[in-house]
Amino acid sequence: MSDAPDGAPEDPEGADEADPAVDGGHDPGSSTHTVRLELVDEPGQLLAALQPIADNGGNLLSIYHERGNKTPRGRIPVEVDFEATADRFEVIVGALRDEGIAVMQAGTERYAEELTLLLVGHLIDTDLSDTLSRIEADASTSVADVSLAAPQGTAEASSARLRLEARTGETADALETVRGIAEEKGLRVVAPLAGVET
Amino acid sequence: MRLAVTGAGAVGRSVVELAGEYGHEVVAVADSSSAVVADAGLDPEALVTRKAEAGVVGDGDPGDALAADYDVLVEATPTTLGDAEPGFSHVRTALERDRHAVLANKGPVAERYADLRALARDGDGDVRFEATVGGAIPAISTVEDVEPGHVTAVRGVLNGTANFILTRMAAEGLDYDHVLAEAQDLGVAEADPSFDVDGTDAALKCVILANVLSFGAADDPADAREFTLDDADVEGIRDVPGSALRLAAEDGRTVRLIGEATGGTVRVAPRLVPENGTLAVSGTQNIVQIETSHAGRLNISGLGAGGPETASAVLSDVGRLG
Repeated sequence: MSDAPDGAPEDPEGADEADPAVDGGHDPGSSTHTVRLELVDEPGQLLAALQPIADNGGNLLSIYHERGNKTPRGRIPVEVDFEATADRFEVIVGALRDEGIAVMQAGTERYAEELTLLLVGHLIDTDLSDTLSRIEADASTSVADVSLAAPQGTAEASSARLRLEARTGETADALETVRGIAEEKGLRVVAPLAGVET
Repeated sequence: MRLAVTGAGAVGRSVVELAGEYGHEVVAVADSSSAVVADAGLDPEALVTRKAEAGVVGDGDPGDALAADYDVLVEATPTTLGDAEPGFSHVRTALERDRHAVLANKGPVAERYADLRALARDGDGDVRFEATVGGAIPAISTVEDVEPGHVTAVRGVLNGTANFILTRMAAEGLDYDHVLAEAQDLGVAEADPSFDVDGTDAALKCVILANVLSFGAADDPADAREFTLDDADVEGIRDVPGSALRLAAEDGRTVRLIGEATGGTVRVAPRLVPENGTLAVSGTQNIVQIETSHAGRLNISGLGAGGPETASAVLSDVGRLG
């Protein structure tokens, strides 16, 4: 226990066990998790992002705040390490999303891949909110960010840029889900060129 | 080599004008209604002048050019779909006479590739068609050099008109109709732009590449899958609004009409690509990207259309026949 951070919960398995943080997830007790977030560059955003972690029993270990390294959309990437049980980890990630925080990566498996695409057509008349809910309903996909441009209101075709998060290896499935919904609603999908973006 | 040229449009005329520089002579030219045959080689300047002034290339019947004494037939009539006539018959006539055929016309290579290969197998003449894909860009010969069996995919921007429109829409924040009108004024787009903006032209080029990959990788041509335009999944750029390009630009991306061919699929559609990435060529530029098994990714960009540019690809093919 000598290397456990201050305030870490008691490790029920004792100190002689292998460090569960290395592979994460299998240990029924607390293990270390890393989440990668993208924050809007406004005062108070970092605190707002940390609150759901603390409130739900996560034990903060480190915060890496890349303030000088913005994403193309002007967001700030932040990496947070904390200890939590597997159950609490799920709750924390859900709470972060509920706060509207963009979770780019949680743990090592979930939502490790990102997919940006455009939807074009009568997005408002075809109920954009329903479109997004149905994309979210797909188990492998989460909508991280939406930008809408409807310069002519509902009179002309509008465009939306969607940033989706998908589980590793499941971006093709995510894209198929979107294509299916788009086809049904008479919308067009401008997909990224898979595997070519560098 | 002694060349007969069918088709006296921009490409056919440029072949006639440039052949001498490449060490070849033109002995016959036909357009849709006339022909001229000169066994000692014809005068390019006189031919181009006559075509411009009288609308014909000579006093003969178009069939006379096909019957002339040439080594290579250059087929440069307009691309037609389906049976790919009359271009296909011109090439067949040449191959049945054991002459070589070099095509700038996409129709026969995209729509009747297996027939073309069978004709070439039965005789002593060879068929080449570098000019059908990417104008001046040596796309086909590079795939042949790498060997089709070691190429996993070929993709790229293969239509200058569509690329010009998307580039202008992104740069000026204008809508499709506005930029199309501008492109028509500049002569970059035809009065009827369907072939370019609906993705048909890019799709034909990808179908040709798919055929080269498929037949090139097969041990026996009888086992190779043949592709035609019907096998291509094609979306054009007509209904891409300016707002889509603005949203893409906010995220460091842009939209390009990308064609992709593998040994099994052909797809043309507007795609999101990084704004400063390799595939985001500007204006009427084209780019061909070849994905290889052992040599990584090769990129070749250049002018995808134009009389002299396309004629240079035709004459390179003539040179390869040796």
